[in-house]
Amino acid sequence: MDTKIEVDGLHKRFGGKTALDGMTFTVAPGRVTGFVGPNGAGKSTTMRVILGLDAPDAGTALVGGRRYPSVPQPLRLVGSLLDAAAPQPGRTARNHLLWLAHSQGLGVRRVDEVLDVVGLASVARRKAGGFSLGMRQRLGIAAALLGDPPALMFDEPFNGMDPEGIVWMRGLLRALAAQGRTVLVSSHLMSELQDMADQLLVVGRGKLIADTSTAALLAAAAGDRVRVRTSAAAAAAAALDRAGGDVTPAGHEALTIAGLPASEVVAVLNAAGVPFTEVATEQASLERAYLELTRETVEYAGRPTHEAAR
Amino acid sequence: MTATLLPPPVSSTQPPGPPGFGRALRAEWTKFRTLRGWIIAVLVGLALIDAVGLLLVRGSIGCGTASGKACYQPLPTGPDGEAVTDAFYFAHRTLTGDGTITARMTDLTGRYSSHPGQVAAGQEDSGETVGTQPWSKAGILIKDGLTPGSAYAAMTATGGHGTRMQWNFTHDAAGLPGPVTGSSPRWLRLTRSGDTVTGYDSSDGVTWAKVATARLTGLPATVQVGLFATSPGVLVLTESFGGSSATGGPSTATGTFDHVALSGTVGGADWAGGAVNGDGRPAPLRDGRPLVGSYRPSGGQITVTGSGDIAPAVPAASTSPGATATIGDHLAGIFLGLVVLIVVAAMFATAEYRRGLIRITLAAIPSRGRLLAAKATVIGAVTFAAGLVAVGVAVPVGVRISRDSGFYVLPVSGAIEARLIVGTALVLAVCSVLALAVGVILRRGAAAVAAVVVVGIVLPYLLGTAAGLPDSAREWLLRVTPAAGFAIGQTIPRYAQVTARYDAPAYFPLGPWAGFAVLCGYATVALAIAYLLLRRRDA
Repeated sequence: MDTKIEVDGLHKRFGGKTALDGMTFTVAPGRVTGFVGPNGAGKSTTMRVILGLDAPDAGTALVGGRRYPSVPQPLRLVGSLLDAAAPQPGRTARNHLLWLAHSQGLGVRRVDEVLDVVGLASVARRKAGGFSLGMRQRLGIAAALLGDPPALMFDEPFNGMDPEGIVWMRGLLRALAAQGRTVLVSSHLMSELQDMADQLLVVGRGKLIADTSTAALLAAAAGDRVRVRTSAAAAAAAALDRAGGDVTPAGHEALTIAGLPASEVVAVLNAAGVPFTEVATEQASLERAYLELTRETVEYAGRPTHEAAR
Repeated sequence: MTATLLPPPVSSTQPPGPPGFGRALRAEWTKFRTLRGWIIAVLVGLALIDAVGLLLVRGSIGCGTASGKACYQPLPTGPDGEAVTDAFYFAHRTLTGDGTITARMTDLTGRYSSHPGQVAAGQEDSGETVGTQPWSKAGILIKDGLTPGSAYAAMTATGGHGTRMQWNFTHDAAGLPGPVTGSSPRWLRLTRSGDTVTGYDSSDGVTWAKVATARLTGLPATVQVGLFATSPGVLVLTESFGGSSATGGPSTATGTFDHVALSGTVGGADWAGGAVNGDGRPAPLRDGRPLVGSYRPSGGQITVTGSGDIAPAVPAASTSPGATATIGDHLAGIFLGLVVLIVVAAMFATAEYRRGLIRITLAAIPSRGRLLAAKATVIGAVTFAAGLVAVGVAVPVGVRISRDSGFYVLPVSGAIEARLIVGTALVLAVCSVLALAVGVILRRGAAAVAAVVVVGIVLPYLLGTAAGLPDSAREWLLRVTPAAGFAIGQTIPRYAQVTARYDAPAYFPLGPWAGFAVLCGYATVALAIAYLLLRRRDA
């Protein structure tokens, strides 16, 4: 089972809006890969392109070296959950899976197997329209597992799940990866992926920002930062910069300083006679590393406009 | 949850299943049949076709003091099984074996009601006008006895269509053109040889031209041969701004003959005159007595006067009794049923787009063409099957109910009845495919999609069949809109030799299959557009 998902140079515009701007990455088998980025970063569009639902303006997306739409029984190659609300409300969970199974040449026995796995066997003959969002997510997972595929893609699978469901889902995804499957899970919340993803694809504005192991990202984010609240931000920044701090503005009358411990920051500010109201140490976290990464993209993307204005 | 349960691998012993299109077809069929609402709607559509067609459309007829079944009045049927009108005055003798009849006609005149529509059959008409009808006929006739509907061949002068040879009701061949007058007489000849009869005409009695040869299968050795006259009712079509209407009244024709000659073994000393009356209608009155026609020898001349027609019966033709029906008359419920089936077909498409089901569908069946073909096949087959059941019940049951109500249902061959039933089911199926395609094109609003299709199919049909529009506009609607497909419901042919109002719903401007082809054309174009959009659009 060595079914890589390879995305290369995807470009896609919807009307005047750029959705994908050279999205490129490879998802390796045998581990859970998190696909993170703010809403609108292009995660769902990328997944739709991989599944042949959206046609890219440029670039290719291959699964196991093949274009998904050219595969005769595609659910045997990639299982996917894009939108848990998509199944028709009037059809029972079992019948929803049954027509999907028939589309792949599979039978009703397989339907009952996957219903068992996701814990919906007892409500199999109830209409999907009466399901909670968490139950619908489970139904979507069942559909993804139907074809016993070597690759799986889930778009925001934790939405609407109760804590027990989230724990179950993490275990399931890890177990699938442990079997050697390729597992790509998107989320706009790093916290959902923190304890589960081995690898992270961080995206923003339609392109890849970082392709890193979770461990490496955590290491990069290590080193505490100090947050200063002051009415004289400019003077404070100048003083801290001279003292060797890495100063970045953090909103109105606030600065984030890396490279200086909190005690040193207080000393520098006192020595320079700069007033401040608060100095606090921030804990290192994936969430912050992710915010840093995505903010940089925003800043980077904003620069050309700034220069053009000069 | 303590241990994560993983799905077992897909069993390798699982049968491979059908190939690509077969899998798509099976999936879409499963998708269709597992939504209970759709199955119920199809059954409702089916029930509406039968309920409306059988219960609401046809009441009971009245005739004099009786009503309903007592009024049932069958028409004679011709040698080929079709209902016919066989009413004329006949001056006849027997002819045994082969032989010939020859006669010269010097005049054909007629009289008709000058107040068509105001004089009911069986009543006297005070104001008659002199003149023939286009298909007033007088001439010579060889016939298998005097029973209405029996085989015959005739050479006849007509009021407006020159000299013709006609046989066995549905056959008509043109001879010399122009009317018969004293200065331009017509010589007519029929020669019997075995079971073939050959007709000739001549303007001078010297130079003869063959008009046609009729094969009258099973013609007995002894036949009736002689002179006849008949004239169909007046048909006046009035076109007005608000539509058109037809009125009618009785007419008579009188032929004047001389040089009548017979060869062969002729029986009897003289002509025996009598009316053959096979239209089941009271004869018009003249001078207070029913006009049965007359035969008057005068010197070398013989005049024969008659009323009626020798022709196939058509729905609502001027010479048919009032209470006839066609087998297609029992399908009035089609339109209500069609609307329901169209809504289902539209929903089968738009439900894909309502919540993004299309993305699940296309992830499972990525080939757009295969998916569209599978959906069209499923909805077409479902509608065809439902239509076949509904129409297959409505027609035979309806015919029985109509007969019990006193209506005479014009008989058709088994092949025509099969064409009506299967063809109507096909029309329903193609309409559903059209609705599905429009649903894929528009993506949203099954009601709107259904409205589009109803406006495209049902509205032109209603406008095309109901009074209120000029005939030309109605004919145009039934020719170029998808409603042309309902031409498949035509069961009685139109005949050049019968003056009638060939009008929807019994008659369409296009033939049954030509009209069906127009509907199929619309469905094909819609499917092609749907396919291109499905390929081009992001899901």
